[in-house]
Amino acid sequence: MVDLSVELSGLKLDNPIIPASGTFGFGHEFAKFYDINMLGSISLKGTTQEERFGNPTPRIAECTAGLINSVGLQNPGIDNVIKYQIPELEKYYNKKVIANISGFSLDEYKYCCEKIDKCDKVGIIEVNISCPNVHNGGMAFGTDAKNAAEVTKEIKKVTTKPIYIKLTPNVTNIVEIAKACEDAGADGISMINTLLGMRINPKTKKPIIANKMGGFSGPAIFPVALRMIYQVYEAVNIPIIGMGGVASAKDVIEMMLAGASAVQVGASNLKNPYACKEIIEDLPVQMEKYNIKSLKEIIGGAH
Amino acid sequence: MYKRDCYEVKSNKNIANLVYEMVLEGPTTYITAPGQFINIEIDGFYLRRPISICEYDENTIKIIYKVVGEGTEVLAKLESGAKLDVLTGLGNGFKTIKCGEKPLLIGGGVGTPPMYQLCKNLINEGKEVTVVLGFNSKNDVFYEEEFKKLGAKVYITTADGSYGTKGFVTDVIKDLNDYTYFYACGPEPMLKAVYDNTNTTGELSFEERMGCGFGACMGCSCKTKYGNKRICVDGPVLKKEEIIW
Ligand SMILES: Cc1cc2nc3c(=O)[nH]c(=O)nc-3n(C[C@H](O)[C@H](O)[C@H](O)COP(=O)(O)OP(=O)(O)OC[C@H]3O[C@@H](n4cnc5c(N)ncnc54)[C@H](O)[C@@H]3O)c2cc1C
Ligand SMILES: Cc1cc2nc3c(=O)[nH]c(=O)nc-3n(C[C@H](O)[C@H](O)[C@H](O)COP(=O)(O)O)c2cc1C
Ligand code: FES
Repeated sequence: MVDLSVELSGLKLDNPIIPASGTFGFGHEFAKFYDINMLGSISLKGTTQEERFGNPTPRIAECTAGLINSVGLQNPGIDNVIKYQIPELEKYYNKKVIANISGFSLDEYKYCCEKIDKCDKVGIIEVNISCPNVHNGGMAFGTDAKNAAEVTKEIKKVTTKPIYIKLTPNVTNIVEIAKACEDAGADGISMINTLLGMRINPKTKKPIIANKMGGFSGPAIFPVALRMIYQVYEAVNIPIIGMGGVASAKDVIEMMLAGASAVQVGASNLKNPYACKEIIEDLPVQMEKYNIKSLKEIIGGAH
Repeated sequence: MYKRDCYEVKSNKNIANLVYEMVLEGPTTYITAPGQFINIEIDGFYLRRPISICEYDENTIKIIYKVVGEGTEVLAKLESGAKLDVLTGLGNGFKTIKCGEKPLLIGGGVGTPPMYQLCKNLINEGKEVTVVLGFNSKNDVFYEEEFKKLGAKVYITTADGSYGTKGFVTDVIKDLNDYTYFYACGPEPMLKAVYDNTNTTGELSFEERMGCGFGACMGCSCKTKYGNKRICVDGPVLKKEEIIW
């Protein structure tokens, strides 16, 4: 028997597979496809203080081996998430979840984290300081080490739950930002968010996305994500939740060898709603193949 | 409920200018209403392609699609025997309960296909159905006979006047006044014109670029008078009263 279990800041996961924020709704949509209890955990859609519609449509553009999204954090607001979405998910999912929090100001991040802190179902708070799809905020906090550290420090004051800061790859030196978060008290790092990208329709000669640009993700970004996780693992001592282009059990093994303690699957869920299920079922097979007894033991193994 | 299954192409034939009719064989138990769509994975493309269901029975699904880009171009080249990975059970579909005795069905171009199963259901329910189909030109026209065979009264319009009434669907609709409800699917400018030129309530089917097709990504959202909705699960069919243009 191979051992798939891993641990994130004291939270035990049966396996390292977590659907990534924004690609799994609030979870209950997928309960219609399969028993989602098999998932290690679930990262919920990015949540803000107030309800948001997000950006104008079109906000999806296809790419070779991926897609661009410019959803712009559409969500029903923190109160609705706590009152309706999480209880609805609880009907189908009996493990702890990861709340994904976004904001446009320091106060908004603090407000949301303080509220979600009281929610038993939430095991970890993932703080998204890396959304490329909203102005004044989102990525602005994630592209500057000083700002990233300040958000981290302020949020730590309002919650006792583990805080994972979600980083953007759209920076010159991601290691510096990861370290700043660690020094400010982050319990872990989530990485990477989407890469800023764009497509143009040659028929209309205009950008496909209404907002012109959006976040690029999917298998095409896997090598970039892997490289960044590898670099950050060398520099910090806190766990990393790795993500970016994961599409197979082999990708999961690679990402864990680079330094991820758990792995999120994003775009793959949109293409194939059974992606996480299939990866979890294939992990033991791939572990046999690569002679791995325990996933925990391979974390950072490539260093 | 949604389901992913493997389907076999039974036939795939050209029925009008750049328009193809494809019959797929596989499970159909998750399809619950006319106006629902399927999401087809096409080899070599990252995202699935959403296409309306034109007709279905216990083990086949018929779709009609137009070649507009690279994905549908590949689809058009498939021969019988080819296998496709397809999601079914997607979208809300049309409701036939409140439509009264004389429903009006309006299709523009490849917005016509979902009207076919709907027409069939309504006629089975004993309704007197009128169908108005709009196309650009004579070469684009399809399914006129098929609708007639179901027992519907059919009007065709072409923008260039090469067949049927010259003009748009609204040029026919404005002279019809004893319909009790309407159903429409087609390009957005047509839907807006239908909205403005109909004197009953009704249901309109919309399109949007989709990341998933089953409610997970929020890629396809729109604002309605009843709040934010996702075209893929809360739509593609919206009620006339809730639409915000
Ligand atoms: C609910 C729904 C039902 C539909 N039913 C039909 C139908 O019955 N018959 C038919 O011919 N067409 C239908 N369409 C439109 C059809 O999905 C597009 O024509 C098709 O996706 C184009 O793919 P492509 O690769 O050829 O074009 P490309 O332009 O190369 O596609 C690039 C990307 O844009 C997306 N895209 C392009 N045009 C559209 C569009 N109009 N709507 C949504 N996404 C688009 C594609 O899915 C793909 O992700 C429907 C769309 C929706 C949303
Ligand atoms: C449609 C879509 C919506 C997303 N929304 C969020 C979000 O709300 N919050 C967040 O932190 N990341 C969001 N992301 C980023 C993903 O969680 C993930 O970091 C990124 O897509 C890389 O993983 P992937 O290549 O597996 O998709 C979104 C991604 C997609 C494709
Ligand atoms: S296309 Fe993903 S939510 Fe509608």
